[in-house]
Amino acid sequence: MLPKRGPWFLLLPLALLALWHVAVQQRWVTEGIIPGPTQVAESWYRWIFGTPTRSLSPYSGTWVANVLYSTRRVLQGFLFAAAVGIPLGIFIGWNRLVARLVDPTVQMLRPVPITAWLPFSIAVFGIYDAGALFLIGLGAFYPIVINTTHGVRDTNLLLLRAARMLGGREGTVLFKVVLPSALPSIFTGLRLGVGIAWTAVIVAEMIAVKSGLGYVLWDAYYVGRMDICVATMFSVGLLGFLSDQVILLASRLLLRWRTLEAHA
Amino acid sequence: MPEAAVELRGVSKEFVARDRRVLALQDIDLSIAHNEFAAILGPSGCGKSTLLNMVAGFDRPSAGQVRVGGAPVEAPAPSRGVVFQEAALFPWYTVWDNVTFGPRTMGVPAAQYRPQVEAYIDQVGLRGFERHYPAELSGGMKQRVGIARVLVMEPEVLLMDEPFGSLDAQTRLVMQELLLSVWERHHQTVLFITHDIEEALLIADSVSVMTARPGRIKKRLVVNLPRPRSVDVTMSPVFNELKREVLALIREESVRAASEGLA
Repeated sequence: MLPKRGPWFLLLPLALLALWHVAVQQRWVTEGIIPGPTQVAESWYRWIFGTPTRSLSPYSGTWVANVLYSTRRVLQGFLFAAAVGIPLGIFIGWNRLVARLVDPTVQMLRPVPITAWLPFSIAVFGIYDAGALFLIGLGAFYPIVINTTHGVRDTNLLLLRAARMLGGREGTVLFKVVLPSALPSIFTGLRLGVGIAWTAVIVAEMIAVKSGLGYVLWDAYYVGRMDICVATMFSVGLLGFLSDQVILLASRLLLRWRTLEAHA
Repeated sequence: MPEAAVELRGVSKEFVARDRRVLALQDIDLSIAHNEFAAILGPSGCGKSTLLNMVAGFDRPSAGQVRVGGAPVEAPAPSRGVVFQEAALFPWYTVWDNVTFGPRTMGVPAAQYRPQVEAYIDQVGLRGFERHYPAELSGGMKQRVGIARVLVMEPEVLLMDEPFGSLDAQTRLVMQELLLSVWERHHQTVLFITHDIEEALLIADSVSVMTARPGRIKKRLVVNLPRPRSVDVTMSPVFNELKREVLALIREESVRAASEGLA
């Protein structure tokens, strides 16, 4: 049995790093193509802290700028998706007419993967930010609208009745009962949405724009800089993890009543 | 003749479930006087909650009329406060915010409702719990909040749908005595749904015994026990005589239901 305290979560990642190191060292993988962890760490360090232009590597010191490009796109697309998805989800969940008008279309468009939208997006928006934002926003929109709808429909009928018999009109019921009741589901949608937003930004930057981590990833692959490719993968993973933590923190702050419930 | 506080005339309710019509309530005539504590006693599934839902305005009758204070019931309103079996508190609000939900919704200024809300919180024994969330409360405490939040609206009629049905026996006794003491202060008109014979006889002025589905009112008994009452009243001969009468009615009814079920 493992003791309860201690950084046990580090055990598996360290084991995987060791395995990676040994695999490269022992030439279990094709030599010169897959870089070892130390090489990736070095390249990543120079990518972040190196001096731009004065170094031989074109990547030196460009990490922060590219992270900011990608993060800004994710943030913009994600906020746009939330700004449309949450109100629309509430309307679909709350109003049968809206549900009948809008929901089938959403469900029909949803199976189209965002990667399949790429050519369309480039044709319409060109190789500009708008195309990337379209893909990110669209990708994040589906889980947000669907989870919001689900949360609204899941509202306890007794709570709706209670609010109405206490004098609540539609507006009160919607904002004081339906919205707080749907909030846990909305946060689930936001967490799924931000994950898809990071997927979408990489895809979009690989093809539709000329900056950001996705662009670096594809560019590095073309010039055979696998070390930078792997460092990019780590960077995206880290950013995805951090953005999820931010949403989780917000949900913990807003849903304090719910953590009490879980412990009751 | 003074108008009844609650009046049901020839009320029937039919549900359609899976293309089958189910008659839940048939031809209910019921009238509750002002300040009367009326209990409706019936087996589960007899439609007694449906009856309450129609008085509350959550449900419409298929036939007949429901009037409260002379006016037909159209929709839920604070004048008909409902206490649900599962307290149905807003889990994201503290006790205080749950109890003040009504006044806040109606736009009453805080300075105006505060003393009154504090008085009701005292009466139901919630002092010191104002900042707790429902998840931190026991079943009995939750139901106290459920009662307080409708009392602050000073409803014409208090509708209680098996409010103590999910509480343990001890807590139920405490809550019954609490309800009796609160009622002694205000003498609201109450429609109280229960399947517990002793509970009905202990707290109500009249007990209407319902039949199994389709629900009809089999008989209305007047409970002539002196008030203020306490749980001790359940020991008295009058109480036991009434209990025997109700039991006989229910036995007769279950025999009828069983024989119809066989036929």
